Amino acid sequence: MISIKSISKSYGAVRVLTDCSVSVSKGDVMVVCGPSGSGKSTLIKCVNGLEPFDKGTIEVNGASVGDPKTDLPTLRRSVGMVFQSFELFPHMTVTENLCLAQRKVLKRPIEQSRKRALELLQRVAMQGHADKYPSQLSGGQQQRVAIARALAMDPTVMLFDEPTSALDPEMVGEVLDVMVSLAKDGMTMMVVTHEMGFAKQVANWVVFMDAGRVIEKTPTDEFFRQPSSERAKDFVCSIARS
Amino acid sequence: MSYDWSWSIFLQPTLDGSMSYAELLLQGTGITVVTALLGWVIALALGTIVGIMRTVPVPSLNCFARAYVEVFRNIPLLMQLFLWYFVVPELLPEGLGNWLKSLHYGSFYMAFIGLGVYTSSRVAEQIRAGIKSFPPGQTNAALALGMTLPQAYRHVLLPRTYITMLPSLTSEMLAIIKNTSVALTIGLAELTAQARAMQEYTFHVFEAFTAATLIYFALNVIVVQLSRMIERRTANKI
Amino acid sequence: MSDLDWDVITRSLAYVLADGLGFTMKLTVTATLGGIVLGTFLALMRQSRLAIIRKFAEIYVDTARSLPLILVIFWIYFLLPYFAQWVTSAPRPVSIDAYTSAFVTFTLFEAAYFAEIVRSGLRGIKRGQIDAGYSLGMRYPQVMTSIVIPQAFRNMLPVLATQTIVLFQDSSLVYVLSLTDMLGAATKVAQRDGRLVEMYLFVTVVYFAISFTASQLVQRLQSRVASPR
Repeated sequence: MISIKSISKSYGAVRVLTDCSVSVSKGDVMVVCGPSGSGKSTLIKCVNGLEPFDKGTIEVNGASVGDPKTDLPTLRRSVGMVFQSFELFPHMTVTENLCLAQRKVLKRPIEQSRKRALELLQRVAMQGHADKYPSQLSGGQQQRVAIARALAMDPTVMLFDEPTSALDPEMVGEVLDVMVSLAKDGMTMMVVTHEMGFAKQVANWVVFMDAGRVIEKTPTDEFFRQPSSERAKDFVCSIARS
Repeated sequence: MSYDWSWSIFLQPTLDGSMSYAELLLQGTGITVVTALLGWVIALALGTIVGIMRTVPVPSLNCFARAYVEVFRNIPLLMQLFLWYFVVPELLPEGLGNWLKSLHYGSFYMAFIGLGVYTSSRVAEQIRAGIKSFPPGQTNAALALGMTLPQAYRHVLLPRTYITMLPSLTSEMLAIIKNTSVALTIGLAELTAQARAMQEYTFHVFEAFTAATLIYFALNVIVVQLSRMIERRTANKI
Repeated sequence: MSDLDWDVITRSLAYVLADGLGFTMKLTVTATLGGIVLGTFLALMRQSRLAIIRKFAEIYVDTARSLPLILVIFWIYFLLPYFAQWVTSAPRPVSIDAYTSAFVTFTLFEAAYFAEIVRSGLRGIKRGQIDAGYSLGMRYPQVMTSIVIPQAFRNMLPVLATQTIVLFQDSSLVYVLSLTDMLGAATKVAQRDGRLVEMYLFVTVVYFAISFTASQLVQRLQSRVASPR
């Protein structure tokens, strides 16, 4: 479903991604991890075209992201994204947040959008907050709404960019629970995260990145038992200790 | 377009033959610059005093300063100039009022005083913002060294305030140059007035106003450059 | 000082307030609405990737902000007939009355100031909000109208309101076109009845009252807008 081939990207003189290649098949739950500055967030933002890249190709559901002829807004309808800073629209209620793109992009009638919104809010256990504003919600609640907002577009693949990094520890669990249930329902997911517990629970692949390169892509069990690269070994050890 | 351009109009003499139109505009520019400068001096002086008054721990001064700022900020500049020029002489004792009305260049004095007072209220707000932006530690440090409050202001707070507020003070200076044009309504022969006069006598509207426009641009550039120069010289003093 | 006739104020109240202040208000409201709309377009143009659009907006805003309003008033008063002639291919310059010219001038002039305010409002919106909009499949116009502009305006409301107060005060400059705004009306009465002092003092008080009240309201607005994100 996602095919990333030899992606390289620089910000001016700084090389942030070098020759990265990864592929995600339908039903995969892939965790992307690595030390800070390894380029993981940048890579995932290249997948839906939010970040341009200099070299290489990315194909999502058959469409090429880097091709100028590709209509990115259409491509993005089937790729859901959840951000580290939630990015709910503060001037709209929870329901309006969920309905906005359904109505403007998918052109769904308002009743249908609202119905879908309520379904999804129930799915993330936020149905009681339908008419609240983001500022009235906690971080964990906001992030769950953000997941519901992305799901409202009925995407075929979901991208997560450090979804729990900005949360207080006691709220991390509620968000991870939603993500686990999504994975168990068969959603194809690519998740940039430090939460190794989540990886062990539902991920079938772990991708380790360092200094802008993809060092390895390994099945989860193997990664935690015996990663192939030295860097990954150090990383797993330091994670195990924490 | 049925308009005939003629740039040579600038070289032709004015109606009374005393100078060319180019000279007329330059004279207007001179008046603009002098009025702006004198107004600026008043604005800085009064503005600093009022700005300080708003920050010292003396409630009566605070009140007075607040009232001063609100009054001069909420009345349009044109209205203020009219008050200075038409109303003040009437309200003063007869002798003083008549003397004022008979003054040669009455509009000039009233213009820069009016402009200065108007701008001083805005400068006062900026001085106040500048002083308030420093942590109280600065004042305390000065006082701990044995300085009196006036000395602390003179040697520590004010110099730093001027440097910090340089950008906003620069835009006030630019504003005062533009605002001199308002004084044409009380008879000041500044640049816009002379451009208008030239337009009335020669009907060469576009040449006259283009010249005035270019001169205002030039004045703008000069002030901005001066400000940048001061900024560079004082960069390490922040 | 003792021979001031304050009755002249009560006698001309209706004229000064209804006609004069009425005109001032009409001009202020029209130029504010028009100026904000045009200013928003200018601010968006400055974000354009096309250099020619960006440059045009930059030059427009910089020029308008470096010229005195009175000069611009004259410029447009004399320029508009020729412009109208060019646009309508008329044989002679189209005569435009001072009233129309004033409305056009103030809208175009204040738009430059509103543009700077809107521009800084747009810049205050986090990149993440725009990314979130795009990631949901929305396009640039949709992201701007549904997400960015509503938030930017909410944040800039106090500054926009303050600029409107400035506009209100600037409107007195229509004096140079001999239009009957509040000051113009007062001047007419003053010259007819020889009561300059009373009329000017009266109008000063009205200007102050409106301006001061408005700026107090803006301050209250500011504390309310500042709180929830």
